[in-house]
Amino acid sequence: MPSTLPETELHNPQTTKTPLDPHLKALENEAIHIFREVAAEFDKPVMLYSVGKDSSVLLHLARKAFYPGRVPFPLLHVNTGWKFSEMIAFRNDIVKKYDLDFIEHINPRGAAENVTPFTHGSALFTDIMKTEGLRQALDAGGFDAAFGGARRDEEASRAKERIYSFRTPEHRWDPRAQRPELWNIYNGMIRKGESVRAFPLSNWTEVDIWRYIQVEEIPLVPLYYAKERPYIERDGMMILAEDPRLELLPGETVKHGSIRFRTLGDFPLTGAIPSVATNLEEVIAELEIATVSERQGRAIDRDQSGSMEKKKREGYF
Amino acid sequence: MTVSAIAQAAAEASTGSVTAFPAVDAARVPRDTRPLRLITCGSVDDGKSTLIGRLLWDTKAVKEDQAATLRRDSGKQNDLGLPDFALLLDGLQAEREQGITIDVAYRYFATDKRSFIVADTPGHEQYTRNMATGASTADLAVLLVDARTGLLEQTRRHATIATLMGIKQFVLAVNKFDLTGYDRARFDQISHEFKELALSLGVRQITAIPMSALKGENVVYDGKESMPWYDGPTLVEVLELATVRSAQTVGFRLPVQRVSRPGESFRGYQGTVAGGSVKPGDSVVILPSGMVANVTKIVTFDLVRNAAVAGDAITLVLDRQVDVSRGDMIVSLESQPQTGLAFDAQLVALQSDGIQPGKRYWLKSGSRRQRVTVQPSSLLDLKSGKWNHHTDGLSMNAIGKVHLAFDEQAVFDAYEQNRTTGAFILIDPDTNNTVAGGMITGKRSSLSGIHTEDSRVILSLPADLADQLMATELFASRREEADIRRVNAGKAAEVLDGIDG
Ligand SMILES: Nc1nc2c(ncn2[C@@H]2O[C@H](COP(=O)(O)OP(=O)(O)OP(=O)(O)O)[C@@H](O)[C@H]2O)c(=O)[nH]1
Ligand SMILES: [Mg+2]
Repeated sequence: MPSTLPETELHNPQTTKTPLDPHLKALENEAIHIFREVAAEFDKPVMLYSVGKDSSVLLHLARKAFYPGRVPFPLLHVNTGWKFSEMIAFRNDIVKKYDLDFIEHINPRGAAENVTPFTHGSALFTDIMKTEGLRQALDAGGFDAAFGGARRDEEASRAKERIYSFRTPEHRWDPRAQRPELWNIYNGMIRKGESVRAFPLSNWTEVDIWRYIQVEEIPLVPLYYAKERPYIERDGMMILAEDPRLELLPGETVKHGSIRFRTLGDFPLTGAIPSVATNLEEVIAELEIATVSERQGRAIDRDQSGSMEKKKREGYF
Repeated sequence: MTVSAIAQAAAEASTGSVTAFPAVDAARVPRDTRPLRLITCGSVDDGKSTLIGRLLWDTKAVKEDQAATLRRDSGKQNDLGLPDFALLLDGLQAEREQGITIDVAYRYFATDKRSFIVADTPGHEQYTRNMATGASTADLAVLLVDARTGLLEQTRRHATIATLMGIKQFVLAVNKFDLTGYDRARFDQISHEFKELALSLGVRQITAIPMSALKGENVVYDGKESMPWYDGPTLVEVLELATVRSAQTVGFRLPVQRVSRPGESFRGYQGTVAGGSVKPGDSVVILPSGMVANVTKIVTFDLVRNAAVAGDAITLVLDRQVDVSRGDMIVSLESQPQTGLAFDAQLVALQSDGIQPGKRYWLKSGSRRQRVTVQPSSLLDLKSGKWNHHTDGLSMNAIGKVHLAFDEQAVFDAYEQNRTTGAFILIDPDTNNTVAGGMITGKRSSLSGIHTEDSRVILSLPADLADQLMATELFASRREEADIRRVNAGKAAEVLDGIDG
C-alpha cells in the first residue's frame, strides 16, 4: 500500500463548512491549477505576501493546492516599514501557525536615506520602497517565478495582464508584446534572468474574494472590520492615527469613529471608510451598495490614469 | 454628523436613486453555474470596446470614482455628449493614444440573472493573437459589424477562429446603426450575409441584433424608440439565456501536473480533471506507458471525496506503485484518448515569423511539453472559406491544417471531443514565445490497412464507405494525398477495429 496515511489524518477538521457554490469552486480550481503548474515548471518560485485580504486568499489556495504537502515555496513580504502594526502582528501569527517559509525585505535605502511617505510623496516612496524593494528581494533570492494576488478587476491595465506575466531580467513588463495565452495552457519557458509573475486570482472580483473568505472562514487582519478607531482627515482620506510617526498638520485633529479598510497597505497612504460592518456578512452587505471602487482609498492609484501601468512597467507587481 | 450617520446617508443615497434597470446586487447573483465567458470580436473600430464599456455602464458595474475618471479622460469624442465608453476597456497608454485596442481586456459584470466574464479583443489584424487568446476560453462570441461597411475579411477571420476554437453560439451585432438612419433593409442584408458565412462554418446558433453600442440601444435597454420594427432580444437578454460550455461527456482524463510526496507514506498525483469523472475503485490507465491501476482515494484539502468531475483540481491516490510523472495522463480504462507519434491538427499562426515546415518546436498540451515538427498540408482561404493545398510555411495569422510528428509518444483527444486534451500551443525554442494555437483533429495512423507509400495514404474501405468518403469536402481537398481501395466488408471490419483501438 503506497498510501498508508490514515484516513482521519487526511480529513480537515472543519468539514462542517458550507460547500462552495459552482462559481467560487470554478475560481478555486483555476487558482489551484495555476499554483501547481508554476510550482512544477519553475526552479525557484516565491509567493508575494502583502498580508491583505487578497494575499490571505492566495495563501489559503496555496495550502489547498499542495495539501497534504507543505507549501513548497517561501512567502516574501516586501515591507516598507510603514505598514499598520496590526498587519505585522497578524503576519507573524500566520507564518507560525501554518509553518511557512518566510522572507521579509525592507529596502535599506529607506533607513539610510530616510525615505518616508511624508518627505518623498506617495509616488516616489512607493517607487523606492515597493518597486525597487521588490526587485532587490527577487534578485537576491534568484526567484524565477513570483505569485501575486492581483486581480484583473482592480484596474484597467491589470485587466490586460496575462496569468503568466513575463518579465525581463530588469523586471520590466511590456504590455505591447505579451505572449498569447490560450486555454489554460501556460508557457513557462524563460531564459536565465527572466522571470514570470503568476496571478492565480486574475479572474476573481472583490465580491468573490469576500464571499470566499466567508465560506472558507479565512482569518483576516482585524482592520478589515469596523471598530472605533482614531483617525485624521487628510487629502480627502481618513488616515488611521495611532502610529507616533504621524505628525498632525495645522488644523488637523484626531477624531474617533467606527471605521474600517477595504484595502490595506502603508497606513499613511491607505484611506479608511466610515462603516458599521463588524463582521463578514455586514462587510459584504456594505459592498453590495458601495458606489465607489476599492482603489479609491489608495493614494498611489489616484495619482493619474495609467499610473499603475507605469509602475508595472518598472517592475511593480 | 457621526461617521456611522455618514455611512447610513451614503447607503440611503445609493439605494434611493431611481434607475430603470434593477440595481445589481452583485453578491446575490445566482451562482448555481459558473460565469458565462464571452468575447467581442470583429474588425477594427467596429465598436467592440464601446459595446463592452456600455454594457458595464448600463449594468452598473462602473463605480462613481471610475465614472468620474472616465468623464475626465473622455474629452469631446462624439457629438452626443456621451463618454468614450471604450476607455473603460482600453487601459494601456498606447491604446489610449492610438484609440485602438491592442491586447485583450478581461472584465466582470453581472445582471440579476447571472454573472459574466467578458474578453474584449482587438480588431487589428496585427493583434490577431490576442483575439485568439480571448476566444480560446469563450462560450459565446459577439461578432460586431459596422452597419455602414458590412462584413470584412477581418470579420470572417474572427468568425473562423472563434469557430475553430469551439465557440458554437454567436451574436451578430450590427453596430453603429444610428449612423445608417436605422435602415431595416441594411440590417436584413447584413444578417443574411452573415448567416451564409456562419452556415459554411457549421454554426447554427446565431442571433442578429441591430445595435448602437454608443447610445446603448439593444444592449441592456431596448431600442424600440429608434427601431420599432425590431422585436427580438437585447444583447443582455441573449447572454442571460446562453449556455456555458457543457462539461465534457467523454472518459476520465487527468493530466498529471505534479507528484506529491510529502512523506514516505503518501504518493498522490495532482492535476485538474480534464474530462469525465472518477471515483475510488475505478480502474485507470497511465499514458503513455499503458500501465493499469485502481483509484483508492481522491484527496482534497477539505475532505477525502467520493468522486471528482471535470474541472476539479484534485490529488489522486492509486493502489499500487506505478511510474507516473508530470506530463503523463491518467485516464479511464474504458474510454481512452489516442496515443501515437503522428497527429493531424488545425492551427492559427500567431507571430510574425509564422510557422516553418520541418522546424522543431516545443508543443505544450495540458501539463506535457514535448518536441514536435510541423508540416502544413493546407491553408484556409478566408474569402472563399476553402482549404487549399499548401505545404509551405504558414505566415502570421494564417489558419492551416498541419501534420504533427513527435519524437516521443503523444496523447490527445480530438478537440471536438475535448477542448482541454485536444488543445495545444507551439513554443518557438529560439524565442520561447508562443507562436501558434492548435486543435487536434485526429491521429495520423500507420495501422494495417493504411499504408504510407511515397507519402500517399492508401485507405482500404468497404465500397459504400469509400464512396461516401470520396464525396466529402475533406477528401476533395486532399485527393492527391490518398488512394482509396474498395474492399469487402469482412476485411474492412478488421481494418476499422484497428483504427478504433
Ligand atoms: N455613432 C456611433 N459610434 C460608435 C458606435 N459604437 C462605437 N462607435 C465609435 O466608433 C469608434 C471606435 O469604437 P471602439 O469601441 O474603440 O472600436 P473597437 O471595435 O473596440 O476598435 P478596436 O478594438 O481597435 O478594433 C469610437 O469613436 C466609438 O465612439 C455606435 O453604435 N454609434
Ligand atoms: Mg477595442
